[in-house]
Amino acid sequence: MTRSIGVRALVLSLVILAVFLAAWHIAVSGGGGGGQAVDPEYARLVGAAAATGGQTPMPGPIDVGKAIWKHLSDPFYVRGTNDMGIGIQLGYSLARVLLGFGIAVAVAVPLGFLIGMSPLVYRALDPFIQVMKPISPLAWMPLALYTIKDSSLSSIFVIFICSLWPMLINTAFGVASVRKDWLNVARTLEVGPLRKAFTVILPAAAPTILTGMRISVGIAWLVIVAAEMLVGGTGIGYFVWNQWNNLSLTDIITAILLIGLVGMVLDQILARLTRLVTYPE
Amino acid sequence: MARSYISIEGIARRFPAPEGGRTTIFEDLWFAMERGEFVCVIGHSGCGKTTVLNILAGLDEPSEGAVIIDGKAIEGPSLDRAVIFQSHGLLPWRTVLGNVSYAVSSKWRDWSKAKVEEHARKAIATVGLTGAEMKKPAQLSGGMKQRVGIARALSIEPKIMLMDEPFSALDALTRGTLQDEVRGICRNTGQTVFMITHDVDEAIYLADKIVLMTNGPDARIAEIVANPLPADRSRNEVHKHPAYYPLRNHIIDFLVARSRSFAEELAQPGKVWNRRAPPIVTPGAPDTPPPLVRAV
Ligand SMILES: Nc1ncnc2c1ncn2[C@@H]1O[C@H](COP(=O)(O)OP(=O)(O)O)[C@@H](O)[C@H]1O
Ligand SMILES: [Mg+2]
Repeated sequence: MTRSIGVRALVLSLVILAVFLAAWHIAVSGGGGGGQAVDPEYARLVGAAAATGGQTPMPGPIDVGKAIWKHLSDPFYVRGTNDMGIGIQLGYSLARVLLGFGIAVAVAVPLGFLIGMSPLVYRALDPFIQVMKPISPLAWMPLALYTIKDSSLSSIFVIFICSLWPMLINTAFGVASVRKDWLNVARTLEVGPLRKAFTVILPAAAPTILTGMRISVGIAWLVIVAAEMLVGGTGIGYFVWNQWNNLSLTDIITAILLIGLVGMVLDQILARLTRLVTYPE
Repeated sequence: MARSYISIEGIARRFPAPEGGRTTIFEDLWFAMERGEFVCVIGHSGCGKTTVLNILAGLDEPSEGAVIIDGKAIEGPSLDRAVIFQSHGLLPWRTVLGNVSYAVSSKWRDWSKAKVEEHARKAIATVGLTGAEMKKPAQLSGGMKQRVGIARALSIEPKIMLMDEPFSALDALTRGTLQDEVRGICRNTGQTVFMITHDVDEAIYLADKIVLMTNGPDARIAEIVANPLPADRSRNEVHKHPAYYPLRNHIIDFLVARSRSFAEELAQPGKVWNRRAPPIVTPGAPDTPPPLVRAV
């Protein structure tokens, strides 16, 4: 029964995809009535040609399919600063995310441990964390550019900042809510504080910590695209922005699909890791 | 007078009350246990039994008074005192063997991994769990989990076992089997046991002494019942002993009525009760008068 529902869901997914592609194809190849009235403000912003849409009509699924094939058959070429393969651009973005995220892990997990172990520190730091958490990470960008004076490092910093809070909060919460029973087991066995941290608190809090990491990596991947659009240079965000300036909508749609796929893979990796450390009670 | 092996000397425990001030769970509590004794504590929920056990374990501290064990005041938990938790307290990410080995390696820190495992396997075999070593707690039944808890406690070869309603979550059949096993193991190893229970028959079957605690707040040890049944009793013979029903009725009568109205009982003229030496009674035996001390 479960098998058949899986199969049926897959069939339905394919049908939905086919309907969507067909509708897209028909919509694009149908009425191409150009020359509509255009908001002059908008025209000034993007350039007259782009605004009327006359020269670059919305691509259809076949155009995008061709573009994807072109990108994927040669993803790693470098022909100058503004012309690099999409694989290279994704690589830059991934490297920034992993670096910023990695530094955030190295800070958030030990710090969250200390916060979680002490109810006093927990309470004292809570207002700061609550204020910092809802700040859009991009709001840090000017400050980062001003102090760090390097656009690439600044985007790494922004990734660091946005990855920090979910992990910090989850680690502190996970550590603070380790079952009293388990801590008492360690106490009655006269287990020292360091051994207790690694043999009781860490495994007990690991699922919560990993869940925080999963949230963080998701946010980081969302933020890197925007950050790279802002600072430019390299990365998939910059690629999207660059193709917008080139009015290459097929490339933009290709990039959007790839961003989604990479984000999904990152999320799945963390989900897998979370499942590894989760224990049934 | 020589001091007893375990001597609870005038302990009190107070918690901050929600409406300010402090609630006294119990105060000026005195009680002594000898080496090798099996003591069961009976009293209603919330009277402070777990609190006393936690103080004995060193997990909690009395607000006043002290507990002296073998001549030394308790300062924190010790590997000499094993605790069997009501909710078994197994680490769910470790296997059965992992849980027991954790205790063994905590006690003998210089042992090799192989030696630790061998010792742990022996403890697991003692409680009849051979074959389940590699299972996680979530894969075990309630009775098996409690067995692992017992194996873990036994594995560190403690001098004292502290058990907090260890069998209350089990079905009657499993409970009976485990009672037999625990009784056998504790008698063989000469364990000193302090056990909390809700089950009158469990107390009668297992205990040498049964401590009757009144309802809280300000709970007291009303009486200590010396079990008149022979030490080598068997589960199926217990209820045939002439002292069984008087004993059982005495405890049930306490739980149903006297635990609540003990203060009024004390106020009756001529009632003699000393909190430093609660009367030791033996229902079903010819009456022994309680020591003649002024009521406090
Ligand atoms: N940490 C605590 N703070 C406040 N009150 C507590 C705390 N722990 C226990 N108590 C109170 O102490 C009383 C005795 O609790 P406990 O020893 O667990 O009772 P028992 O084990 O006999 O059921 C209860 O009324 C409980 O509400
Ligand atoms: Mg209790």
